[in-house]
Amino acid sequence: MQSTEQSEAMQKSTKTLEEVTIRFAGDSGDGMQLTGTQFTNTTAVLGNDLSTLPDFPAEIRAPAGTTYGVSGFQIHFGSLDILTPGDSCDVLVAMNPAALITNLKTLRRGGTIIVNTDAFTEKNLRMAGYKSNPLEDGSLAGYQVHKVNISKLTANALADLNLSTKFVDKSKNFFALGLMYWLYNRPLNQSIKFIQEKFGKKDPQIAEANLRVLKAGYNYGDTVEIFTTRYEVKPAELPPGRYRNIMGNTATAIGLVAGAKKAGLQLFLGSYPITPASDILHELSNLKEFDVKTFQAEDEIGAVCAAIGASYAGGLGVTSTSGPGLALKGEAINLAIMLELPLVVIDVQRGGPSTGLPTKTEQADLLQAIFGRNSESPICVIAAATPADCFNMAYEACRIAIKFMTPVIYLTDGYLANGAEPWRIPKVNELREIPVTFAGDPQNFKPYARDPETLARPWAIPGTPGLEHRIGGLEKEDVTGNISYDPDNHDLMVRTRAAKIERIANDIPAQEIDGDDQGDLLVVGWGSTYGSIKSAVNSMRGAGKSVSFIHLRYLNPFPKNLGEILYRFKHILVPEINNGQLIRLLRARYLVPAIGFNKIRGLPLLTEEIEEKILSILGGTND
Amino acid sequence: MTEVMEKDPAPVKMTVRDFQSDQDVRWCPGCGDYSILAQVQRVFPEFLHKKENYVAVSGIGCSSRFPYYMNVYGLHSIHGRAPAIASGIKMVNPNLDVWVFTGDGDGLSIGGNHLIHMLRRNLNIKVILFNNEIYGLTKGQYSPTSLIGQITKSTPLGSIDYPFVPVSVALGAGTTFVARTMDRDPKHLQEMVRRTERHHGSAFVEIYQNCNVFNDGAFFTYTEKETRDDNVVYLEHGKPMVFGKQKEKGIRLDGFTPEVVSITSGDYAINDLLIHDETDSTLAFILANMIHNSALPRPMGVFLATDRFTYEEAMQEQIAKAKSKKGQGELQKLLDGNEIWTI
Repeated sequence: MQSTEQSEAMQKSTKTLEEVTIRFAGDSGDGMQLTGTQFTNTTAVLGNDLSTLPDFPAEIRAPAGTTYGVSGFQIHFGSLDILTPGDSCDVLVAMNPAALITNLKTLRRGGTIIVNTDAFTEKNLRMAGYKSNPLEDGSLAGYQVHKVNISKLTANALADLNLSTKFVDKSKNFFALGLMYWLYNRPLNQSIKFIQEKFGKKDPQIAEANLRVLKAGYNYGDTVEIFTTRYEVKPAELPPGRYRNIMGNTATAIGLVAGAKKAGLQLFLGSYPITPASDILHELSNLKEFDVKTFQAEDEIGAVCAAIGASYAGGLGVTSTSGPGLALKGEAINLAIMLELPLVVIDVQRGGPSTGLPTKTEQADLLQAIFGRNSESPICVIAAATPADCFNMAYEACRIAIKFMTPVIYLTDGYLANGAEPWRIPKVNELREIPVTFAGDPQNFKPYARDPETLARPWAIPGTPGLEHRIGGLEKEDVTGNISYDPDNHDLMVRTRAAKIERIANDIPAQEIDGDDQGDLLVVGWGSTYGSIKSAVNSMRGAGKSVSFIHLRYLNPFPKNLGEILYRFKHILVPEINNGQLIRLLRARYLVPAIGFNKIRGLPLLTEEIEEKILSILGGTND
Repeated sequence: MTEVMEKDPAPVKMTVRDFQSDQDVRWCPGCGDYSILAQVQRVFPEFLHKKENYVAVSGIGCSSRFPYYMNVYGLHSIHGRAPAIASGIKMVNPNLDVWVFTGDGDGLSIGGNHLIHMLRRNLNIKVILFNNEIYGLTKGQYSPTSLIGQITKSTPLGSIDYPFVPVSVALGAGTTFVARTMDRDPKHLQEMVRRTERHHGSAFVEIYQNCNVFNDGAFFTYTEKETRDDNVVYLEHGKPMVFGKQKEKGIRLDGFTPEVVSITSGDYAINDLLIHDETDSTLAFILANMIHNSALPRPMGVFLATDRFTYEEAMQEQIAKAKSKKGQGELQKLLDGNEIWTI
């Protein structure tokens, strides 16, 4: 937290910070995700750059006060280019002892703690595993601790409203929010609007209560002597444009709608609820006015099969899932590869294998996406780099699927799905066109004749007179699409399906290099590690190291210039939140002695640990 | 192409030949599937629908080869998944005539989940299930409709796997139209196909189909001239349940339990017999359960024909409602969201 003194004259001074990281932590029933999201939206509208990391347990309502029921939300914002949710936080808001004990390790030394002292009861301390009260035993001496009776102050603010104790207790997150708004000089109006819209009509009393508590928190900061300094974070210098704050799953959902609309197709989503992908289903089911059809199927297989049926009938079939669901969909994806129909498969990756860590992030489905089906099964695989990039890549998935008549697996992950950042809103007419031509002429119609450029077959949809034809999962005869057991034909078709996917490389952008186009070290990333790697590379370059960075959005096929880039560097480092997947592909394809950096902790990579890895390769120390 | 095609009310005249594809039919000689194909091809022209609006969807198995032999849009998919694929087709274009052709293994074993859920949703999709009580394509293992004790390649000491009753599965799933017929009764089979086509909603027809290679004669008691009359009762809406060579027997309800009575011996008259009511789902379950009592004949015909809203229409209605409330969606507004700031 870098700061400059600004005003000593006022009773309470204001310091200007370039960046700050705040972590809200409490019981999963304490509304920490709501608090964090509200703080994020207000911060976004103020023009700060930001990045968020929700960190919640798989249990919906774990017993109150337990460490495994703690839900956290971290926001990193500033007037600088903010690339990650922050390796550590500057401020920890802890609503109970369990939140303190589980999150203290994320707080930097000397950081600020704001605690709800009312929750530090003997019972809660015991449940959190404290032998003595940390607010009294001196164990927090290295931090600035602000003790606030949040529960009591909330109750006081609502004393005359005659509300249930349970409800009063549930409102205390708005007190914490109001206090943080005061501390960081944020206006209340965004959250006031939110409360009025959410509760105003349904239950005016609840709206009134939440508004009161929010303001009480704000006023508490203003009047009470314990906070002598408040902070200001100026807007970031982002490229000019119109911005909104966006989460990854939302960006994916509207990217799909944009893709379908630009193609003039009906969007059809077949999905089965699975963490952390379900929000895509929720978002799209609320966009019916865009002719979006959402179908919650009986299972993962039914979901992808319905999407295949949708594409066969002339819609844009999409299915959304996470790793375990992708495994179940494998056979049907191969049918779509055989039928050569457009299909977008979204895998919001999570920790695995099996049920694994459903609410935690990981990028370990890359090899499953590329290879996880029987036989020769070439498929296009792309991945988003940041929450806002989910829009671009969802759109790309639609575009490629339609143009090449192929399934596309589009990878995001739990961090991207729930993380948020400012997004420069594109104009609809800036989006790349997605032309669609349905076959219509029965003269010389051949179901498996191919476009000479893309090798795509014609899209001949039921309802078109004269094009009645039969297709299926059995091997096709070239051109006619009739069943064929001919050995040479099978060899030809296997190679043709592969060649079609390789041709996609002609249609995607060349790989850009961040930094010099040759040098000592090239860091190669993909997926949600973009921010951590970019931060680490920036800081290493600042320290005079020869480090360049490429971040792959197209994993199969790779950009055509990837090999030549790799060969221009002495060392190649591949950081991944898996046990080494992209690195296998790079080594196998380009025969380069790449070095891996792999952490599989269910969390984003830390910038600091990537920096250390870079230094261990190039020599030097990180100070 | 976001708008669905309007169904053409003008009748389209076609013949059997219009529905025959150019593919050689590759079922074993003598297979019951030939009769089913012939009856379907014979009846389809009567419907006067546009040929290009038919879609035949199947999974894997002998029965699932069916779409290759029908000159309509055909999708021969993967094992068990035809109902799910058909659902997607119907939702995107509700004006298509979507038919699923499946078997006892494809539809009730590997695809059981998709089938029951498609049926309960009441999508306007027709399901023809060929039941031969055996896996034919994989050469003779028992199926979920094989009988207890049945000797097959995978049950050398007899099956210990308690079988499904397909019509009971369909009724239990909340299907709005459930029927049973036989490959060796072409007239009745044709009539059931007609009834299926007329139904608005999910329709399920079980066809007893002889696999003359791996389970020959499984249904001969019901399909052959010598034994059929005494072992089959044909269900006709509003009519008493009479059967027997001389129409001398009938089904009477004793409480909820059906029993066979003679209407010529003087104890019972035709007025005492159970009258079939296709709209009565309780009765449909009772009739489906007759299979468990070997003293009772096997019911053939329409067990149930009721009305319920279809899924795809409800889906369209919700879209129309959303549009009337929010207006046609504007993409730029969607991208913009609610909170914008400008730099």
